Amino acid sequence: MDNNKLLQGNQACAMGAIKAGVKFCAGYPITPSSEIMEILAEELPKVEGKFIQMEDEIASVGAIIGASVMGVKSLTPTSGPGFDLKQENIAFAAMAEIPVVIVDVQRSGPSTGGATICAQGDLMQAKYGRSGDCPIIALYPNSVKEIYKTTIRAFNLAEKYMTPVILLLDETIGHMRENINVDDYQDMEIINRNFPEESATDYLPYRPDESGVVRLVPFGNDKGYRYVISGMHHTENGMPSIAKNSIQNSIERINGKIDKNKEEIWEWEEIDTEDAETLVIACGCVSRSAVEAVKVARSKGYKAGLFRPITIWPFLDEPLKEALKNIKTVIVPEMNQGQLVHKINELINKDVKVVQLNIFDGSLIMPEQIIEVIEEACHK
Amino acid sequence: MSIRDYVKEDVFPLFTCPGCTHGTVINTFLRAADELKLDRDKTVIVCAIGCAGRTPTYLDFNVLRVTHGRALAFATGVKLARPDVKVIVFMGDGDALAIGGNHFIHAARRNIGITAVVLRNEIYGMTGGQYAPTTPVGAKATTAPYGMIEPSFDTCKLAASAGATYVARGDIFNLNNLYNVMKSALQHKGFALVEALTSCPIQFGRRNKVSDPAKMVQRIKNMVVTKAVAEKLSTEEQAEKFIIGEFVNTREIELTERYAKLLDINKKENEVVITMS
Amino acid sequence: MSKYSVAVNGKWCKSCGICVAYCPKKIFALTAKKKMIVEQEENCIGCKMCENRCPDLALTITKKEDKTNG
Repeated sequence: MDNNKLLQGNQACAMGAIKAGVKFCAGYPITPSSEIMEILAEELPKVEGKFIQMEDEIASVGAIIGASVMGVKSLTPTSGPGFDLKQENIAFAAMAEIPVVIVDVQRSGPSTGGATICAQGDLMQAKYGRSGDCPIIALYPNSVKEIYKTTIRAFNLAEKYMTPVILLLDETIGHMRENINVDDYQDMEIINRNFPEESATDYLPYRPDESGVVRLVPFGNDKGYRYVISGMHHTENGMPSIAKNSIQNSIERINGKIDKNKEEIWEWEEIDTEDAETLVIACGCVSRSAVEAVKVARSKGYKAGLFRPITIWPFLDEPLKEALKNIKTVIVPEMNQGQLVHKINELINKDVKVVQLNIFDGSLIMPEQIIEVIEEACHK
Repeated sequence: MSIRDYVKEDVFPLFTCPGCTHGTVINTFLRAADELKLDRDKTVIVCAIGCAGRTPTYLDFNVLRVTHGRALAFATGVKLARPDVKVIVFMGDGDALAIGGNHFIHAARRNIGITAVVLRNEIYGMTGGQYAPTTPVGAKATTAPYGMIEPSFDTCKLAASAGATYVARGDIFNLNNLYNVMKSALQHKGFALVEALTSCPIQFGRRNKVSDPAKMVQRIKNMVVTKAVAEKLSTEEQAEKFIIGEFVNTREIELTERYAKLLDINKKENEVVITMS
Repeated sequence: MSKYSVAVNGKWCKSCGICVAYCPKKIFALTAKKKMIVEQEENCIGCKMCENRCPDLALTITKKEDKTNG
């Protein structure tokens, strides 16, 4: 059977989640993400999963964390204002080390902004939207195919590192239809969280393994593992503690496990970077225009290349530094007032010129606009 | 078993202030749990922030202690993920009725199988005595230095009108009633709400000239009447009192039962194939 | 002699005085320094009002073994 289909990005996200083994989704209606939960409301009962439309976004993320505590892979989709509301409970998941996936189909903000207007305003919020030193993994696919496999990867990373993972989508990609054959991803590895080897009597839920990851036994198990999960600083047995070393240990561990394993979390794409002197750095829908722009620039004789982060957080410091080695000019097109560019500026030495292209009026950044900036930058 | 077998003795004493009767509700809950032979491995307690939220972490159960006001939202996910597990939620009055008010009415509306216990001590204790949506008119709080001017919630009427299928009130003086309604709530299939009137001698009492713990218990005793006594009172007299006992006890189809039916229908009607439309 | 023994867990008891006020036989007392003590264990009737009211789970009333019928 030919499984070649024309799928919408949001649809691919829902299908990828099912493939990853998601069995629970809680959501609250918000454009432009609603299709994800509408599809899961239809599909989950067919795989003995459940969907519930909660009373608000706070409750939705709360409910998926509750389900994940019971060992069930869970997801909540949202957009801008809803993403704001979810932050506190995302921090809870990070602190208590509960794997969940939060999909943010970005729209133009702040506040209500424009519900169907494409924008890339949540990059920094994904990382810094919560109080405290809160760790996060955020992934940013740029096509329908990539949404499908990155959704699976989001669950894999969540389960492997016992942490919330944010999937950032652009409105345009979420609502765009592209060809995909899901059979191509049949053999993708599906990772499920590890369970402890020790018996219930020796078990310390928050004692990490060698890789710094904890192994939480789902509540409701019949093997006598009983413990406390809490958003407070806690000791290895899970009990709240504000002793200096508990605080230090918990902050270091939840951040350290991401940092220690960042090479495995990192994913990016490079095009024509080997001999490039001008590097375009772009993600999401903008990177699609950038691919075209680099191609055209090359045909015109400019030594242009593209660096496209797929993992946004933890940030791709080393790979980007490597790609920047012989670069004279960096061009950062973004559909915001300049967010990604802050991280790039941190990594760049003074001799490299950074040119921003920020369009945030809802119109997409076109290849010609990027080409123009490349040409201008190279002639100066 | 003794109720001490249900607590983490190594972390006792309870963190609560001397004479805080949240512990009395926990004491009563444990007696009911022991009587019902509650299987701890098949029970999840969800609680959140504040004095009422912290108390259950001292129990030897699976305890999920979440963000302020959100215990019922998390508990909804817990119950839907594992309908076979008993889910018990302990909340303070601020937790359940102020920051968590929305989750409270929706959990009741859904009739999801959760036993919710609201500990009504009429004040925000842990944060230092600010007024709650349950602080009586005229009572003083750090944020009501001239006395409370807002009316209070009637938790039981709120739960009943939102659709809870078990609603009862108890208090820390009339322990037989509290024990009985706690037991019934734990056995109920559907959303069960028990409001327990408790006393906070430090943050509420000290500011309102009843700092003696025993006198605070006496104050609760004077605040409550049984349903039988209430019937003989005028409407005005009733309004002054908290009626204790059972208000609602009906059997309606519970949310996870509805879901099980839906999954059954789906199993019959659909092959387990993901449609690709 | 009472048929009941009254055990106080001194580490858990906060001497709040609730048992002192509500024991029908007034077997508990608070010292001048406001510390709870069991003054007249022999008067205990085993009603467990103190044990059930104790907010700190610090009291345990147990029936003594009947030694006369050995």
